Amino acid sequence: MNYEAVIGLEVHVQVKTRSKIFTRVGAGYGHEPNTLTDPVVLALPGTLPVMNKAALDAVIKAGLLLGCEIAPVCKWDRKNYFYPDSPKNYQISQYDQPICLGGSVEIELLGSARNVMGEHKKIPLTRIHLEEDVGKLNHGTSDSLVDYNRAGTPLMEIVSEPAMHTAEEAYAYLTSLRATMIYGGISDCDMEKGQLRCDANISIRPIGEAKLGVKVELKNLNSISFVRDGISHEIKRQLAVVERGGTLMQETRDFDGMTGTSQSLRTKEMAHDYRYFPDPDLMPVKVDEAWKQKLRAECPELPFDKQRRFLADYLLPYTLTSVLVWDRALADYFEEAAKLSGKPQAVGNWIVNDLLREIGVAKIALTESKVQPAHLAALVQLVDTGAVLANAAKEIFVEMFATGDQPDAIADRRGLKAAPTDASELEQWCRDAIAANTKALAEFKAGKDSAINAFKGPVMKASKGKANPKLVDETLRRLLGTM
Amino acid sequence: MSQSADLNIDHVAHLARLALTPEEKATFAQQLGDVLHHIEQLETVDVTGVEPTAHAAPVFNVWADDVVQAGLPVELALKNAPSQRDHMVVVPKVVE
Amino acid sequence: MSSEFFFQSITQLAAALEGKTLSSIELTRAVVARTKAVEGRVHAFNSVDEPDALAQAAESDARRAAGQARGPLDGIPIGLKDVIAVAGQPLTASSKMLANFVSPYDATVTAKLKNAGAVLWGRLNCDEFAMGSSTENSAFGPTHNPWDLTRVPGGSSGGSAAALAAGEVLAALGSDTGGSIRQPAALCGVVGLKPTYGLVSRYGLIAFASSLDQIGPFARTVEDAAIVLGAIAGHDERDSTSFKTEIPDYRAELKKRTGPWRLGIPKEYFADGLDPEIGAAVEQAIAFYKKLGCEIKEVSLPHTRYCLDTYYVIATAEASSNLARYDGIRYGHRSKNATDIVDLYFQSRAEGFGAEVKRRIILGTYVLSSGYYDAYYLRAQKVRTLIRNDFLAAFREVDALITPTSPMPAFKIGEKADPLALYLCDIYTIGVNLAGLPGINVPCGFTKSGLPIGAQIIGQPFRESELLAVAQAYEQAHDWKTKMPSL
Repeated sequence: MNYEAVIGLEVHVQVKTRSKIFTRVGAGYGHEPNTLTDPVVLALPGTLPVMNKAALDAVIKAGLLLGCEIAPVCKWDRKNYFYPDSPKNYQISQYDQPICLGGSVEIELLGSARNVMGEHKKIPLTRIHLEEDVGKLNHGTSDSLVDYNRAGTPLMEIVSEPAMHTAEEAYAYLTSLRATMIYGGISDCDMEKGQLRCDANISIRPIGEAKLGVKVELKNLNSISFVRDGISHEIKRQLAVVERGGTLMQETRDFDGMTGTSQSLRTKEMAHDYRYFPDPDLMPVKVDEAWKQKLRAECPELPFDKQRRFLADYLLPYTLTSVLVWDRALADYFEEAAKLSGKPQAVGNWIVNDLLREIGVAKIALTESKVQPAHLAALVQLVDTGAVLANAAKEIFVEMFATGDQPDAIADRRGLKAAPTDASELEQWCRDAIAANTKALAEFKAGKDSAINAFKGPVMKASKGKANPKLVDETLRRLLGTM
Repeated sequence: MSQSADLNIDHVAHLARLALTPEEKATFAQQLGDVLHHIEQLETVDVTGVEPTAHAAPVFNVWADDVVQAGLPVELALKNAPSQRDHMVVVPKVVE
Repeated sequence: MSSEFFFQSITQLAAALEGKTLSSIELTRAVVARTKAVEGRVHAFNSVDEPDALAQAAESDARRAAGQARGPLDGIPIGLKDVIAVAGQPLTASSKMLANFVSPYDATVTAKLKNAGAVLWGRLNCDEFAMGSSTENSAFGPTHNPWDLTRVPGGSSGGSAAALAAGEVLAALGSDTGGSIRQPAALCGVVGLKPTYGLVSRYGLIAFASSLDQIGPFARTVEDAAIVLGAIAGHDERDSTSFKTEIPDYRAELKKRTGPWRLGIPKEYFADGLDPEIGAAVEQAIAFYKKLGCEIKEVSLPHTRYCLDTYYVIATAEASSNLARYDGIRYGHRSKNATDIVDLYFQSRAEGFGAEVKRRIILGTYVLSSGYYDAYYLRAQKVRTLIRNDFLAAFREVDALITPTSPMPAFKIGEKADPLALYLCDIYTIGVNLAGLPGINVPCGFTKSGLPIGAQIIGQPFRESELLAVAQAYEQAHDWKTKMPSL
């Protein structure tokens, strides 16, 4: 029998706010242990939560970006369970009235070749809700240490429908979702810092069967590659169990990305009873049109939409767009330079081939680059007018990257400008070249346009390679036209 | 409703993380059985179409702006901790 | 000035302080001395800090000397129920769980009282985590009723009521979830006000049942209660359930509101189970209002019989979750007998909580557990709506309601062992919490055996001025407040 896998992802994304979700002490990563706490975070007796407006804004924005329906009213519920990283021993979350419903994440599957766009799909979402993050446990040999810095960080839970079928789809889903969150300024989604965390629900069923198989929840998928590897491993594991006539158990498994293996954490019999009920300490939230409208105005164009526009408006090749659009700052950089120079493809090439390489070598962010869009546009124009030749332009770029000086100034300083200083000298070199090659002259006059190239080499040689090719071409044609 | 007979003290005490002695279990089961029996009369109220009251005076959209305020210095934050080391709270080893 | 400062009203003492015939130090010393003299018999306090109180008094006197006195509470010793956080002081909720806990922060009401210049004097005993009606559930031993030391002071704010009745404080704060201010006020013969839900911030109040809890004052007179209420009321950005409303000058409003009022008598509150002496005393109070020219009208609150059940479902459910934080990890009692992390929860909570708290946690956990939520919690929330609607309907016809506060006077310590029998102490007070209304206990006489009797007046949401005025009209025409217990 042939089987297919069914995959749903539960993705937790930390919302980038200055203060925590239910109190105003600072939120952040990498601080000394227990330096981001206050009486509310520690759940000291008598403390109460107060909602952070910015966290709500961020989730609504995420919902708008993903095409969710924003619930007109949502509320807060307590999810009751005991765990040492949970200071109140309940988590404030949203149970039956989440803030966002439906929506989808657009994904692109691998194309047939690197330069061919792959198939696009929309993976439907079930819901997005807002909750609070828990603290962090550090495990020693004989005990554990609790740091509450992370506790109370706003956390979105984005739940997909069980609508993916391969590890590659899950990978593409996470890549796209992550880019969307970063684009929207909602989260930095650094998985190493735990800003994006992913659990996968995986089952298999005979192809054609509508009913879902027994679900296994895979936890601790702490990088996008581990998500792909873990899911791939779990599908194989389930297939192997079924193939040897075994029965799958509903369970939670822990995937170890380093060893590529997984082990069972708990089975369904140990399932929780969270005793959800509305949190009496918090008031419900009403979202009206005006609020949504205000946030909608702040929503950026998403990567795939941008890619479609770059392909259509700038006539860029797919490979360039697929590099440019995934980083919002890079795409903005491109557009600015493209507009300034009027030469989008040349700008795109410079960014993808040269700028990204230099940035990579220097290990800096795009914003730290001394080469700003105006620099790049100026360089592209120098090349386009023939004032600078391709090889010289590469040298200019490297120096421009190091110094931040204008390309024109660098070309002058370094003597990298094309074009002889004297027009009559150029004309003389052209006359000499034509006179020296009567065969080519005849061919040209007979209508073979490419014969003109035979004169260019000697002219360039006479100019020691500095002649402006465009001027050479123009001069030759003017002279040839009179002959 | 009529579920008072269903009160499984062991299960509920487990959910509530309360170790109860056999005597406590017996006493609580009997006492709470009486209370639950009393509570069963709620069953007779017609609540068709009645909205639940979560707050006596409901108000929407109570929140604060995202402005950072000072928290507790770590020494004060951990002052009441029964056990601490390296500015963290020590607990018996947690096996995840 | 009488040497017995501690039996005077804040109004009288504030005048003496203002006239400089009395200093806060003198007053505070008198209160400290009184406390030392009677506390061995009353046991109203869980902890006191004499040097701290005297230092606060000295600051008050310094302010006054500099012409910077802050109003009628400046220099007045006030006690707080031991469920209200005071920075640097123990906060125990009368529980072994928090026996060694010291609060690093002030409750909002604490900060407000400090701001008003009050001298905070001690943390007052109560039922553990405010769960009870007799203060017998304190892990540190019961409080005794100053009118009869063999009897309970009521609860859960029994320490607050008893300390005031015994002259150990001049006013006190309590918290009221199902009657925990009004019932002990009735049993100890003092004024006790539960404000409208949302009028006073709960930030820093150890939560019992979040949707019902409210802090309020105990005072000798209605005017004193108005003064303390004015100091603690008001919107707090740290409490999402606190209401944005103008806080009037309650004391000034008292003089403006003279009635007559339309007063409702809910017939369900005078049914079986009411002590006849209490019934008679409340009837006399009603007769007084009639004589005053008030329109007296019988009204019906048909869902009254469901109040107790609704309350015990909602309050215990919320409590089971609110008390989950007491796990011995970040603070509080940690068992030395635990074998592992999971056992640490079980043992710490088993050792740290008393029987009534455990009972309510079990009940609350049960009604929220899978499969029972709709039948219990959701249904109780719907019945709560009906109960609230009953009150709102009555208030379309009357300005306030008058009822007994407690069905019985103070009972003997240890007399009521059955939880259900104790739960019945609150039958007249619980509805007010479920509906989120303000209610006040006004002393209205004594039983033949000399135990205080109280009447409850119930007002409309956020109309405390009116409620206080109705109460004061009765109070000023009677001299119950001049009688003090002999200790």
